[in-house]
Amino acid sequence: MRFQLIGVNHKSAPLEVRERLAIPESRLPDTCRELTAYPGIEEGMVISTCNRVEIVTHTTNGHADLRGFLHDHFHLKPEDLDAHLYEFREKDAVRHLFRVAASLDSMVVGEAQILGQVKEAYATARAVGAVRGQLDQLFSRAFAVAKRVRSETAVGSSSVSIASVAVELAKKIFGTLQGKNVFIVGAGKMSELAARHLMAHGCASIFVANRTYERAIGLAQKFDGQAIKFEDLYSTCDRADIVITSTGAPHAIFRREHGEQFLARRKNRPMFFIDIAVPRDVSQDMAKMDGIFAYDIDDLQQAVTSHVADRRKEAERAEAIIAGEVERFEARLHTLDVVPTIVSLQDHLETIRQAEIDRVRGRLGQLSPEQEIAVEALTRGIINKVMHTPITTLKSAARESEATTIVDVVRRLFNLQVKAKEAAVDRKDEVGTPQ
Amino acid sequence: MPLLWLRFALGCYFIGLVYAFVALSRTSDLFSRIALHAASMGMVFHFVSLTENFMSGQVAWVSVHNGESLLAFLSMTFFMVIYAIYKTTSPGVVVFPVVFFLTFVAAVDEQPVLLTSFVSHKGWLIAHIILIFTGYAALVLSFGASLLYLIQERRLKSKKPTSLISFLPALEVIDQIGYRSLLLGFPFMTLGLLTGSVVAVTTYGHVDFLDPKILLSLLMWVVYMVMVFTRWNSGWRGRRAAFLATFAFVAALAAWAANYFSAIHRFGAS
Repeated sequence: MRFQLIGVNHKSAPLEVRERLAIPESRLPDTCRELTAYPGIEEGMVISTCNRVEIVTHTTNGHADLRGFLHDHFHLKPEDLDAHLYEFREKDAVRHLFRVAASLDSMVVGEAQILGQVKEAYATARAVGAVRGQLDQLFSRAFAVAKRVRSETAVGSSSVSIASVAVELAKKIFGTLQGKNVFIVGAGKMSELAARHLMAHGCASIFVANRTYERAIGLAQKFDGQAIKFEDLYSTCDRADIVITSTGAPHAIFRREHGEQFLARRKNRPMFFIDIAVPRDVSQDMAKMDGIFAYDIDDLQQAVTSHVADRRKEAERAEAIIAGEVERFEARLHTLDVVPTIVSLQDHLETIRQAEIDRVRGRLGQLSPEQEIAVEALTRGIINKVMHTPITTLKSAARESEATTIVDVVRRLFNLQVKAKEAAVDRKDEVGTPQ
Repeated sequence: MPLLWLRFALGCYFIGLVYAFVALSRTSDLFSRIALHAASMGMVFHFVSLTENFMSGQVAWVSVHNGESLLAFLSMTFFMVIYAIYKTTSPGVVVFPVVFFLTFVAAVDEQPVLLTSFVSHKGWLIAHIILIFTGYAALVLSFGASLLYLIQERRLKSKKPTSLISFLPALEVIDQIGYRSLLLGFPFMTLGLLTGSVVAVTTYGHVDFLDPKILLSLLMWVVYMVMVFTRWNSGWRGRRAAFLATFAFVAALAAWAANYFSAIHRFGAS
């Protein structure tokens, strides 16, 4: 396992630095080729998003000069860049990549976009042949881990902005937002944002009422909605299932009598008021009514806060999953390391056995079938007995860090050439040099 | 033998019962899946039990315990239909305990309680039983839905952050479940009562309106009708609807209990 990773993210580097490192999509294939041509790098790929630039490589000896590559590629001076870089090797690199793919390293923990971006980067690098054996395995595993984290924890489930909390609450009330109508009372930035979220989730149409009618028209046009004169607010409001209100009125504009009116006309179908005005637009006695669900800015903020806390708790569970997966991945790679050696050790001894039998066959004379079987069993038995301990040792060493050393020793002792296919790809250097 | 199958079914429903209690405090996908499988298995046993009973002769069919068993089975069927449409097991919170209780009572012992009155039109009687029990089952479900509606409404109103993570479906979905079962149950209940009257008239020549069973059944029907009407006319939901549903449910229980002291509608002891 000679993975090496270098990069910057939203935590380590300010936007100005990330901007200078960002690689446009069209340049990614070339950068990957350039990367694999760099000394000491066998495989490599680049993940470049607005929050991070990461270079993931599998190297010849675990000590490739990735910083040097960045300096050369971006023509940057070390003093401008190095303070913002993080670099991980082997296990730490695996862990970091798993965390990135599972969206634990994201600015908004749990957002789903990053996985797609990593997948695209992987596809690009694969297409130009920059990702083959080891990195291929690493990334397939990373995608599986990300999927596992998503399905076993709720890290990606709760939303974290006021607008998305509003959407979630609306869904708790109405089930689906398909065909629901939204009423914006008082055109403002935040109500516009909330409305945009609601529309994105399928709300059917939008009404806008504002003290200044022109502003209502302006906002309504943005959503293909309908502007309503402020005087007609109470007579039309019941047509909406969700009301986003943010007027600057000094008193509540929705009071109990209005609530009763609305519900009567709506045959008691519930209404959801998102009251982001301060002071509040929905009176307390109206908010208490059956069928009226009114959330003020504090209620929404509280929901957001608890979501963030929930996510943090879920993120801890996700970290535990990742820690386990890193161990498993490492163990698997090591096992893969020893398998070719075991196979060639077995082949080697089998060849010797066959050769020895052929050599003495003439001297043994004609053997009866029973005797043939006995000779086979005898020679095979000896080899199996002798091989037993070395193979067990190799297998158990696979789980420890000394695997490579032991594999080397065994190869030297038995003068083995690794023939297995995956080994040919993974270890082309070692195979090439005589041992 | 039918009793043995019924007891197997009871065992399965017990898992559902445990689920109902657990689901009130926390959400577990795995557990709701287990409960669902257990419930479906229970229904298979239950169905076998009912079929064997039916095969063994129509007289046994009209015993009290078979009635309870049939009602439990129909309630489960409703629950499954709702699951198929809405993919939610939450009505189980109410349905499972009721079903468990009914099955439990039906499974405790083999009482040879039969309808003592001489009934001349068995076909009408069977129609009466099936129709009215379907009505009851729908009522149970609608009652359950109105309780869930109250819980969900309370959660949303409390604005506690935890209210967002909950096992309950959206308020309007619960509302739809309740309303649809109410609508579906009403014609069954009405036809059930009519066929009951037919049976009574053909057996006794008249309907005794002062008999507690008939009085309570009529009361239940009237409450049922008021529920459907208020809902249809003014969209009563939440507390008021729950209040009515509880009233209808109690009336239904009373009408059921009246079997034990009605002069004409009895599964009297042999």
